[in-house]
Amino acid sequence: MTAPPLPARAGRRRRVGVRGAPWLFVVPALLVYGVVVLYPTAAGGLYAFTDWTGRAGDANFVGLDNFRRLFNTESARSALVNTLTIAAACTIVQTAAGLGLALALNTRLRSRNVLRTLFFASALLPPVIIGFLWQYVLTPTGPLNTALSDVGLGALRQNWLGDGSLALWSVIGVIIWQNAGLTMVIYLAGLQGIPPEVHEAAAIDGAGPWQRFRSVTLPLLLPATTIALSLTLIGSLKLFDQVFAMTGGGPGYATETLSVVMYKEAFVSGEFGYSAAIALVLTMIVFAFAMIQLRTLRRFEVDS
Amino acid sequence: MSGGPLSRGLLGGGLLGARRGRGPRAVLGELAMIAVGVLFAFPFYVFLSISLKTPDEVAADPLGPPSGLRLDNYTTAWREAELGQALFNSTVVAAISVALLIALGSLAAYTIARRAGRLSYTTYVLFLLGIMIPLQLGMVPLYQLMRDADLLQTYTSLIIFNVGTQLPMTVFLYAGFTRALPREYEEAAYVDGAGTLRTFLGIVFPLLRPVTGTVVIISSINVWNEFLTPLLYVGGSSQQTLPVAIFAFRGEFSTNWGVIFAGMVLAILPILLVYFLLQKSIIKGFASGLKG
Repeated sequence: MTAPPLPARAGRRRRVGVRGAPWLFVVPALLVYGVVVLYPTAAGGLYAFTDWTGRAGDANFVGLDNFRRLFNTESARSALVNTLTIAAACTIVQTAAGLGLALALNTRLRSRNVLRTLFFASALLPPVIIGFLWQYVLTPTGPLNTALSDVGLGALRQNWLGDGSLALWSVIGVIIWQNAGLTMVIYLAGLQGIPPEVHEAAAIDGAGPWQRFRSVTLPLLLPATTIALSLTLIGSLKLFDQVFAMTGGGPGYATETLSVVMYKEAFVSGEFGYSAAIALVLTMIVFAFAMIQLRTLRRFEVDS
Repeated sequence: MSGGPLSRGLLGGGLLGARRGRGPRAVLGELAMIAVGVLFAFPFYVFLSISLKTPDEVAADPLGPPSGLRLDNYTTAWREAELGQALFNSTVVAAISVALLIALGSLAAYTIARRAGRLSYTTYVLFLLGIMIPLQLGMVPLYQLMRDADLLQTYTSLIIFNVGTQLPMTVFLYAGFTRALPREYEEAAYVDGAGTLRTFLGIVFPLLRPVTGTVVIISSINVWNEFLTPLLYVGGSSQQTLPVAIFAFRGEFSTNWGVIFAGMVLAILPILLVYFLLQKSIIKGFASGLKG
């Protein structure tokens, strides 16, 4: 307040040039993010190369031993295969289902508001509770098998979660049931961003419904597709809650995912180093897929 | 209304109906979608009907409707699962986490969006990495950090965890939105002599309201549903959140599905209630937030 007028004005003018926003504003967020995500991730990456079991000062560098062990252990190998299977199946089916629901509910159906509400509701509920719900629905004498018998499809009765060759697909079905509504909402947002004139113009040019969908709607939905695919892919690679609640990884190793194995190794067996190695492999997979996906979709976007 | 029921029946259902685009094909499409909806809703029906049945009823017919509106399961679940406490814990943790997220995230994104140059870009990318990084890799080191800081069994551990893990998405949403805001208002404020913090609070933050709504919706849902970390940090304590309480409760009543489902219905009721009340803005917020 007591400063002479001239320097004060100069100071003010400089600030306008910089356009405000000091670095200090980033510090609190970066601090919390660093403590919760960056530091632990880096530390975990280092532990992956040790035989640490959680006791202080007991970590020895073991090179790639943990990774060799991962690829030579049946439970870890099947977890790797299961994780990739879940990711592939969920990404393809859930995206297709979400797109289908969005297209159907973007029309003038009387029931569309009720159906939108219904389809999206499951996506908001805690995954662990959804896991328990389906664990019961899928028991051998449970509601699904009873319903199949009641409508004359008794031949389709299965031990959905107890049969090793079927359990993984049951889990995949549940994941898709829970999250298809989320994909639908993303696509509905994409569809509503397409101006109706575009379709009218294409129709005047003589394009049929299928052609309009292929050459007009689908390319314009590419941004929505990028987001839907990324979210589904990353989410399904990290899958934990539903599997943990529904099957705990069983029967045998049939539904084990990398996340479940690494939880068990760390917090049940105390094999922290090995568990970190599994997590590092999962991280590599997530990054690899995310990169491939970004590149592929960007090429598409240029083409269309 | 103008034509009366007779003419509507004759004309509306017949020729005119088809011309209005509600012909047989539209009706068929509608029926097909309703069928899909019924199939989709089947687990929800199981959820509710089982929660009203006795163990004998469940065993005899898992599918039939309950014999009446018996609420014994609900009273048992409420008493045994300590859901009231868990509900309170979840609410406190979610509210503080989301408030901090908004404060830290919007401030950080403001600088990232308004500063040009390499440092700003690097900071942004650093935050974006967090959307991809599987938290599992840092799970054990973070657990030890919390243990060494004596924060296990406290709300604080969960709040710090939630803020740290939700910041990437929050910064991403805020930065995208801030970039699209015109700078003229801020410049005018500076010329008038307002400091950066005052400009941010008085001018920028109010303009960010739509994206703040999106952040509130997306992060509350994520925080509320988080399971594994709360299980590790506060499991078994009086600080445990709803998913953790339900997990313990499920173990305790391993075979009494009626009581288990009653507890789970009670646990999801608040979420569903909020969803039905605010569904338009929730769906819109989700969609626009994801559009980026």
